[in-house]
This record gives sequence, C-alpha cells and structure tokens, in this order.
Amino acid sequence: MQTKETIVCRCEDITLEEIKSLIDQGYRTIDEIKRVIRAGMGPCQGRTCRMLIAQELAKYYGIPVGEVLMPTFRPTVRPVKLGTFAGGE
Amino acid sequence: MQKSANVVIIGGGITGCATAYELAVRGVKDIVVIEKQYLSSGATGRCGAGVRQQWGTETNAILARDSVKRFEGMNEELEYDRDIEFKQGGYLMVSYTQNEWNQYKKNVAVQHSLGIPTKMITPQEAQEIVPHLNINGLIGATFCQSDGHANPFHVVDAYYKAASRLGVKFETYTSVTGITREKGKVTSVQTSKGDIAASMVINACGYAAGTICKMVGFELPLYPQRHQALVTEPVEPCQGPMVISLHHRLYCQQTPHGSFIMGVGDPNEPKDFNINSSWEFLEDVARQATTVLPLLKNLRVVRQWSGLYDMSPDANPILDEVPDAKGMWVAAGFSGHGFMVAPQTAVLLVQKILGQNCFMPIERFGLERFSGGELLLESAVV
Ligand SMILES: Cc1cc2nc3c(=O)[nH]c(=O)nc-3n(C[C@H](O)[C@H](O)[C@H](O)COP(=O)(O)OP(=O)(O)OC[C@H]3O[C@@H](n4cnc5c(N)ncnc54)[C@H](O)[C@@H]3O)c2cc1C
Repeated sequence: MQTKETIVCRCEDITLEEIKSLIDQGYRTIDEIKRVIRAGMGPCQGRTCRMLIAQELAKYYGIPVGEVLMPTFRPTVRPVKLGTFAGGE
Repeated sequence: MQKSANVVIIGGGITGCATAYELAVRGVKDIVVIEKQYLSSGATGRCGAGVRQQWGTETNAILARDSVKRFEGMNEELEYDRDIEFKQGGYLMVSYTQNEWNQYKKNVAVQHSLGIPTKMITPQEAQEIVPHLNINGLIGATFCQSDGHANPFHVVDAYYKAASRLGVKFETYTSVTGITREKGKVTSVQTSKGDIAASMVINACGYAAGTICKMVGFELPLYPQRHQALVTEPVEPCQGPMVISLHHRLYCQQTPHGSFIMGVGDPNEPKDFNINSSWEFLEDVARQATTVLPLLKNLRVVRQWSGLYDMSPDANPILDEVPDAKGMWVAAGFSGHGFMVAPQTAVLLVQKILGQNCFMPIERFGLERFSGGELLLESAVV
C-alpha cells in the first residue's frame, strides 16, 4: 500500500505515513495521535479513521485490535447548529 | 523502571513538563516525570489554551506577561519540530454592566503599572475589531493585542522533546500511589510500576494535587471543579481575538485551524471530580455565545468535552514546599488559567528550589496566605 497517498482521516487529510511515523516515535494510543495531528477531530469525529489507526497500533504492538485503548465518545453524535441548542430554530 | 532519581515530578501536564525542562536546562540531572495516563491527558489537553495578560491581581498579570514573551520565542527556544501555533490575535474583554466596567478599570490600572499595553475602548471600536459582536447594552471593552492562544498539545510536546534531549525520563501510564517520609523529609515515591527513592518530589498534579498531598498527610486548600467546552466545524477566519464576557461567563475564540472553541463557567458546578459532558452545558453555552456573538448560531458543533479546574481559594497559584514534608513542592491551584502562566511558574519554582534569585517574590504564592496571610483575590476568572 502507498502509505504516502493513503488517506486515513478524510476530515483532516491525514495520511497512513503520518500515522505510522507517529507510532514509530512512540505515541501509543489513538488519543495521543489524535491530539498531535488532529486525526479524528473533524466533522465525522473519527468514524472511519479510529478503526484504521487502531489496526495500525495493533499491528505495531502485536496485540488484538480490541485491546487498543479507544478514545471517549462524547456528544455531539452528529454536527448540530449552535442556534438549535440556543432554542432559536 | 529506575530505582532512584534526583527529582521526581508527578504529573505530565504543562506544569510538570515545563518544570522538568527548566530544571534540566539548569543542569539538574536524573529527573523523572511520572504520568498516570499520557502527556496532556489532564486539564492541559482539555483547556481553551488562551493566553491573556489582562488580570486584576499583579501576581497573575506578571506571570502571564512574562510567559507571553516565552511563548513568542518557544519554537526556537525549545527547537520544536512542529509549531506551538502561538497566535496573538488579542483578547477582547467586553463589559455589559457598570459594576463590571468599574472593576475592568481597576484591572487595567494594574496592567498599565506593569507595562501591559491594554486599551480601554468604546463599543464601536470593539465592533471594528470583532464585526459580529453584539454591542446592544455594551458599556465598553478592554483589548490587548499581544494576548492570544497556543496549541496545548504542541506546547507540552515541545517541552517533552526538549526535556528528553536533556536526559529527562518520562514514565507514562504510571500512577503514583504513595509517598514515604522519614523525619519530616520525603524519601521515596511509590508507583504502580515500583518505588523510586528521591529526596525531591514536585507535585504538578493539577486537580489531583490534593490527593498527592494527602499521601504525606497534608490537606491542600484546593478543590476540583468541572468546566466544559465545545468546538465547532472550521470556517474561514473571521474572529481575531478571544472574546470574554464575564457577565455571560463566556469565552470564545477562533483557532488557527478555523474552528471556534468556547466555554461557560457554571456558578452551580459542584466541587467534585466529575468530568462527564452534559446536555445542559450545550444549551447554556449556545445561549450565551449567540447572545454575545449572534453570527455563531449557524456554526455546527462537532464535539464537546470537559476537564477539571484546580481551584485555590483566591484563584491564584500555590507554589510552595509542603510543611512537614521537606523536599516536596506543590505547583497547583491554577484556577482555570494554569496553561498561560506555566512557562514562568516553572521558572519561578525552579529558581526557588535551586536557591537562585527569583524573578518575582515567590512568597506571594505561598501557603501561609491561607492561614492568616493576605489573600490575592482575583476577580477576572471565567
Ligand atoms: C475547559 C477548560 C478550559 C481552560 N481554559 C484555559 C485557558 O484558556 N487558558 C489557560 O491558561 N488555562 C485554561 N484552563 C486551565 C488549564 O487547563 C490548567 O490550569 C493547566 O492545564 C494546568 O496544568 P497542570 O499541568 O498543572 O495540570 P494537568 O494538565 O491537569 O496535569 C496534571 C497531570 O497529573 C496526572 N496525575 C494525576 N494524578 C496522578 C497520579 N496519582 N500519578 C501520576 N500522575 C497523576 C494527570 O493525569 C494529569 O495529566 C482551562 C481548563 C479547562 C478544564
């Protein structure tokens, strides 16, 4: 697979190469990676990239994907306008 | 893990990492930082990361003023391979009540006495700076261009990398579970991965600093308090400064990435360790934000989160040695603004510990002020 051209996080345009390089540098969880390069912080909140990054971590550390620490799920589930919360719409 | 160290720093937030760096850069060897989770996993990685010099007490204002200078040159000083994203878009503090305006005037006098270039401006001038500001009922505003914000993850990453190059060890996913004293002196630290003998321990545990102090039987006057924040989808740049309305308990900024980050303080928030995200917060912040900055009603919220303020009784930091536990120092009580002052609180503490000249009197941040001394009461906290 072309790691340079493979996009892992589509919202923030993060490639597989960037993810792999962070893992090589010792960033150990999805949360740590997310905080350094914003993977999973876009409008979809990591729906796609979360699992892809988990796979890479699992491969690197030789552990099952289920053992990779998952980030906390927080509201909102889907982007909602501020005006809606304010009761205007 | 190593069996002994010169200095054990507990907590891998900005305070712990900056302190590690300041010690190492002054030649101290054999320092280890112990972090329960990963670096920035506490308040630091959850904060608004705003940096302002517009304070009401001299102590906060000096620490923030001098820290701004450090943030300005931080990429170079720490030889950081990314960018701490320090943007000086200013802070616009808006006032909708006369009482608050009177307080702002007093605060600005303090700031001017320290050479902080805050301007007092009219509602019209405020609107020129932030065109979408609601000036209905606005009495005035104060503005300081050199205030701004930085990326908290990158600031910590920068300190971490610089400290690592100087030989500091970082033990993440490791919890401190106990501290041993002999004859009133600290002798070792127990962790989930073994004991480390050390005669100097720095407690930089933020909201958990009280828990650590209890391990040596000391009751730190500090309480945790949840604060929530949210972030919207990114849009074209349209707001230069951070906008603060103490009356609306609101702060709101646009990051270099384009998203808006905002939060409100909740006066009824209980004093506990809860960090769940609440629905009430979303409604509250949305109401306040769309009142002060109506244009924002069209922005979509993508995520909300929360973190803990480490509140001290007067909203000023505590930098002191723990009584009856010589060698144990506390750097906590940052009361919702510990990010912006961290570069200089770290310097001040390290100067004191190493017996060097302190750039300002550290006694002002001492524990004695809570037992009969003079409190520093800060008015300008969101
Ligand atoms: C929503 C919100 C918005 C904020 N906005 C701003 C702002 O705009 N500007 C600003 O300057 N400040 C802001 N703050 C405050 C700022 O985040 C804090 O003051 C600052 O980050 C404190 O840093 P710290 O390193 O002292 O603590 P923390 O970052 O909390 O670090 C303490 C660390 O200690 C670790 N720890 C705890 N117990 C143990 C243990 N037993 N063993 C090992 N490790 C342990 C924790 O995991 C944590 O990583 C905000 C805070 C919140 C919550």
